[in-house]
Amino acid sequence: MSKIAEVITRFPVFRKKALQTVVHYLLMILFAFLMFGLILFIAGKDPLQSYKDIFTSTLGSAYGFSEVIVAMIPMLITALAVALPFRVGLINIGGEGQLYIGAAFATFGALTFPNLPAWLLLPLMALLGMVGGALWAFIPGYLKSIGLVNETITSLLLNSVAPKIIGFLILGFWHAPRDTIRTPNFGTSALLPTFFGTRIHLGLVFGLGLLIVFWLVMKYTRWGLEMRAIGSNPQAAKRNGIPLSRYLVIIMCAGGAIAGLAGMVQVSGFYGTLFLNFSISLGFMGFMICWLAGGDPLGIVLMAFVVSVIYSGGNLLQLTRDLPFAVINILLAFTLFIVLARPAFFKGRKS
Amino acid sequence: MTLLSILGVLSSAIFSGTSLLFTTLGEVIDERAGIVNLGLEGVLLVSASSGFAVTYLSGNPYLGILVSILAGGLMNMILGYLVITRKANQLASGLALMFFGFGLSALIGKPFVGEKIHSLTRYVLPGTAGLPLLYTSLFKFDILIYLVIPAAILVWWLLYRTRWGLGVRAVGENADTAFASGRNPHLIRYQALFAGGMLVGLGAAHLTIAFTMNWTEYMTAGRGFIAVALVIFSKWHPLRAIAGALVFSGAVAFQLLLQSSGVQVSPFLLDTLPYILTLVVLIAWGGNRKHSAPGSLGRVYQGSE
Repeated sequence: MSKIAEVITRFPVFRKKALQTVVHYLLMILFAFLMFGLILFIAGKDPLQSYKDIFTSTLGSAYGFSEVIVAMIPMLITALAVALPFRVGLINIGGEGQLYIGAAFATFGALTFPNLPAWLLLPLMALLGMVGGALWAFIPGYLKSIGLVNETITSLLLNSVAPKIIGFLILGFWHAPRDTIRTPNFGTSALLPTFFGTRIHLGLVFGLGLLIVFWLVMKYTRWGLEMRAIGSNPQAAKRNGIPLSRYLVIIMCAGGAIAGLAGMVQVSGFYGTLFLNFSISLGFMGFMICWLAGGDPLGIVLMAFVVSVIYSGGNLLQLTRDLPFAVINILLAFTLFIVLARPAFFKGRKS
Repeated sequence: MTLLSILGVLSSAIFSGTSLLFTTLGEVIDERAGIVNLGLEGVLLVSASSGFAVTYLSGNPYLGILVSILAGGLMNMILGYLVITRKANQLASGLALMFFGFGLSALIGKPFVGEKIHSLTRYVLPGTAGLPLLYTSLFKFDILIYLVIPAAILVWWLLYRTRWGLGVRAVGENADTAFASGRNPHLIRYQALFAGGMLVGLGAAHLTIAFTMNWTEYMTAGRGFIAVALVIFSKWHPLRAIAGALVFSGAVAFQLLLQSSGVQVSPFLLDTLPYILTLVVLIAWGGNRKHSAPGSLGRVYQGSE
């Protein structure tokens, strides 16, 4: 691998830093595809035909492409929910739980005030979702700020609690007349508007908008500077008069609020109802994407796109190749493994 | 509520708790060496599916168990390569391993969905042979259940009474110091991961070959994360892990009991009890240095070159 990269970077065109990064990422992803192809081959499927399926179904048509964007929306938001706390050195692995609680709060809004007009109900649901996620993140954030328990462990534990609270709420109070695992469909005023006749919804604007705000705040404001100071050396930041523990709690809650918004976006923009275990590891996926992108907003968009292509392609693999949908996780994992293992040339770029 | 139903619930708690305890013991070894394995869910699934497949094809459950154990060890080697050799982030690598396990197990297990196997032979608990047949049927356990407590003691002995265990704990506390005193942190971490993975594989084997006796996609349903929580609950100690697994499977049994006696408590809320209990225990021990995690847990050992 590193040999190939060396040869490629000899061409002057590829000397540009940004281009090099793109080439490196593409090479790594290509390698992941090769390995997954090998697995498909061993399983007795035709790898070339499978890849043709994956790409024509996702990037080959306007509809397929729109579905990729739809899949990308929650991942953008949950990745940001990890990226923000990471700037102050907090590891928020609880996105999954915060997303569930946010979805529950938003659902509460949708079911309690079905007669409100959309321009009032949707902001209310978004606000409720963010409050829910923030409350769920407050627990690990507060415990960390008073120096009791590490936020990684607590947010991980709370991930397992949140879906069960959803189950309790649905089964006990919210379920549809003839269904025990889901709520009734939301009224039309509780659904995020969709664009261009596709399933792409307003959540995309939320996601991209938040990423831009995040980038601006980090680069140009005093808060961004202070947060970077905390991230690189909390003790020094404290001695310079930055209110450390207040920052930790607020940033953790902000991360939770963002993840909660992702929950709201999923129930209001994508499903139009709340049901048991609706998040297919979206919180964890966001964590991976953020990690692969190094917390960089543009990187998050790119990685979320790649992951979404892989995931959307998995649907077709299931239909035409007679493979379980979960098999696509192998391709995802190979991509993750290779980026994590970071071949030597990738590391050398920095120096 | 009859005595019989209580015993029945207890018996099923023992069955479901066994795989949990094996898994927890595996994770105790990993974390004692300083490595958090968040991919337990994936390791369990791959071990379970491959063990089940081999049992079904060969008709020999013991061969299936052996394959499960090996699969567990090998899955952990992937994590080892990423976090030890390539020095990747442990949490992210663990989650990647989890996704890998979701996919690979679905692929391996697909031809075997809906198939049945002959389970492990079950032996009557000594001392209960004289009871009426209805009761003795509840006290018939397979060999893995009888082995789980000895396994916990063995892990304790390995970690606290052998040179190897001292090395593992030293590397987990402070890899640089361990290196300075002439140990090889990389090698020890690989060994610990392999040993831990084998135990996780044993847990998966019990789940699929002895307990459920079938394979369904994502059959572990969060057991991996429960085990991670139990390791914390048991303060990284193999003997306390027994108590942790008992508390957890006890809570599950308690919930079944309440349901059978008609008490109206949401099973979902009861399900959260073990996690909340773990959280409370963590807060109660918070800041107490003596009981905190291994010193270099989750940190990358950069090596001394």
